[in-house]
Amino acid sequence: MAIFGSLSERLNHIFSKLTKHGRLTELEIKQAMREVRIALLEADVNLKVAKQFIATVSEKAVGQEILSSLNPTQQVIKIVNEELTALMGSKNAKLEVSSSLPTVIMMCGLQGAGKTTLCGKLAVLLKKQGKKPLLVAGDIYRPAAIDQLKVVGGKAGAEVFERGTQSPVKTAKEAIDYAKKNGFDTVILDTAGRLHIDEALMQELENITKAVKVTEILLTVDSMTGQDAVNVANTFNSRLEITGVILTKLDGDTRGGACLSIKAVTGKPIKFIGVGEKLTDLEPFYPDRMASRILGMGDVLSLIEKAQEAVTEEQARKMQERLKSNAFTLSDYLEQFEAMKRMGGAQKMLSMMPNMGKLKIGEGDIDEKKLERTKAIILSMTMQERENPAIVNSSRKKRIAAGSGTSVQEINQLLKQYEQMKLLMKQMKGNKGRFRMPF
Amino acid sequence: MALFGKLFAALKKTKENVSSKLRLLFAKNKLGDDFYDELEEILISADVSVRTAEDVIDQVKEEAIGEKLKDQQFVTDLLKDILQDTLEEAPIPEISYPCVIMLVGVNGVGKTTTIGKLAHYFKRTGKSVVLAAGDTFRAAAADQLSVWADRAGVRIVRHEEGSDPSAVVFDAVSSAKARKTDVVIVDTAGRLHVKANLMAELSKMNRVVEREYPEATFYKLLVLDATTGQNAFNQAQVFDETVDLDGIVLTKLDGTAKGGFVVSLCGELNIPVWFAGVGEKMEDLEPFDAEEFVEGFF
Repeated sequence: MAIFGSLSERLNHIFSKLTKHGRLTELEIKQAMREVRIALLEADVNLKVAKQFIATVSEKAVGQEILSSLNPTQQVIKIVNEELTALMGSKNAKLEVSSSLPTVIMMCGLQGAGKTTLCGKLAVLLKKQGKKPLLVAGDIYRPAAIDQLKVVGGKAGAEVFERGTQSPVKTAKEAIDYAKKNGFDTVILDTAGRLHIDEALMQELENITKAVKVTEILLTVDSMTGQDAVNVANTFNSRLEITGVILTKLDGDTRGGACLSIKAVTGKPIKFIGVGEKLTDLEPFYPDRMASRILGMGDVLSLIEKAQEAVTEEQARKMQERLKSNAFTLSDYLEQFEAMKRMGGAQKMLSMMPNMGKLKIGEGDIDEKKLERTKAIILSMTMQERENPAIVNSSRKKRIAAGSGTSVQEINQLLKQYEQMKLLMKQMKGNKGRFRMPF
Repeated sequence: MALFGKLFAALKKTKENVSSKLRLLFAKNKLGDDFYDELEEILISADVSVRTAEDVIDQVKEEAIGEKLKDQQFVTDLLKDILQDTLEEAPIPEISYPCVIMLVGVNGVGKTTTIGKLAHYFKRTGKSVVLAAGDTFRAAAADQLSVWADRAGVRIVRHEEGSDPSAVVFDAVSSAKARKTDVVIVDTAGRLHVKANLMAELSKMNRVVEREYPEATFYKLLVLDATTGQNAFNQAQVFDETVDLDGIVLTKLDGTAKGGFVVSLCGELNIPVWFAGVGEKMEDLEPFDAEEFVEGFF
């Protein structure tokens, strides 16, 4: 909600009242922590968890660390961010493998958390690792749930084992026998969504864990869950002793504070996050990135990492030199597009930038096709034109338009954009180090 | 309908929670900022949005002056009144027939199940119903809806998976016109509100209904999961911008979640809650009653 702005804006506001930055009083820390608390609550972090967290952070903040700081806002955010990261676990966890095959993974969670889709995603992931997964239909209650798993299995290229509406406990046992006989090394058990207070269905899950040797029990949680996340996680964990958590639907604009609550009450690692509707949209969990998301600071780290993958050191160095000499040409412009594409497209990139959620930039707003047209235009230019766009006169424009299958207007548009970009680069250069492009 | 029916029973868990917290708070019997902070937190822990909680607390501050603030009954009643007033700011319209009801929402909130319950609800009140299987994206969604159609004893119009949902709507509307069906209920694929393409698809379905069936009243309901947190507000805001929402169906109230965010939705976006889902059976859908909801809350 825009009215509150991001945490850093709010903290800046508090500290702006200080005549000289530097020394922080206990009162100021208290005020800052109030803002941090609101930020956490707005992100759906459970109240108790948030309070406990604030207490820990306040203690650290009162010490030398913050008093000797140069920029109070940055210092507070740094401490908060570090503590948050530490609380969510420092390393991303992997799936356990059983010493006696098959490895059995049981999914559980509330209705609508995204278990069935996740089964497909896990199957795809395991196949990529060279494993042979078997999907088992254990949701015998929701109408057409088995059909859904079959379709998902088909898309994932994994076999689906089903025994209609017979008891899921029996199905699980038979599935494991089947897996052993047919060389499947991993069995993924889909189960029915259930409220954590549904005694009969919780008992059913317990019975499965007693009947077969389960290696992983993964709790699937919708990342948009609110304060109730602690109750859900606590109940599932105390009944089943879960081994890990998967957060789904993180491609939305939720801040995902439920994640912190779950980690705090269960102590179990968050193993993966679901970030889209495609079966490949499953990513490892990085506590540091989640921390900045909860604080509303975007996923800057992910962005930087992706940029590193997409742009080689050499390219980056060359780009930097060109920027220095102010020789940013259309060829560089083109190179940037290519890099952006390797980073998963403009839309994905923007979604990882801080505060972009608020701007509501959807996939339709950035027209990837238009980027393609831009590329076609540049490729239809001569080398000379690309290095020095100023020489592009109207007859050249007509030729380029014909060559790229576009119009003169589009070329004018591109040239204007390029001029703006150049100007922007110039400004950023003047702003040393404060805003560095990932390229 | 019993004034304190299933909804009340479902909310009792909430009630116990909130009152016990209030009791604890009053036991401390202190005033000042800490007191207000804690009062605010009580609301937030019920998933009332931070902004609304702050507004409500401001109102309490204005009205409860001096000694009155130590009076538990006074503050409880005051809070109750403010919340109920806020919820009633958005009135639920009287449904006029023939009508088309389209259900929208993010993935996994319970749209398809709610449609099954709604079909049963209208059928029970003597209306004829046809369902439009507009979720052509999720695997086996139409199969799931067909099962509900069978259970409720109503007709269903469905196409193949992956086909254009607007075409399904078109056919369902044509069928309703030809057969003089009272209610058309349209299922839609779950979509996160941040996906512009999917939201555009929704606008298209919207236009098809408006163009093809202008004589019917067209209601657009957002289905929200009670376990959702502060993101519910974003969802409502974006769906409202896209299809101009008429109301909300609040699902999964039979869990321990409180669904307090509806206060903000009624108060700030002026979208009323029509129904509440309180269980897994076909009958487990209750017309929403603000007094009952608030009464269950405290």
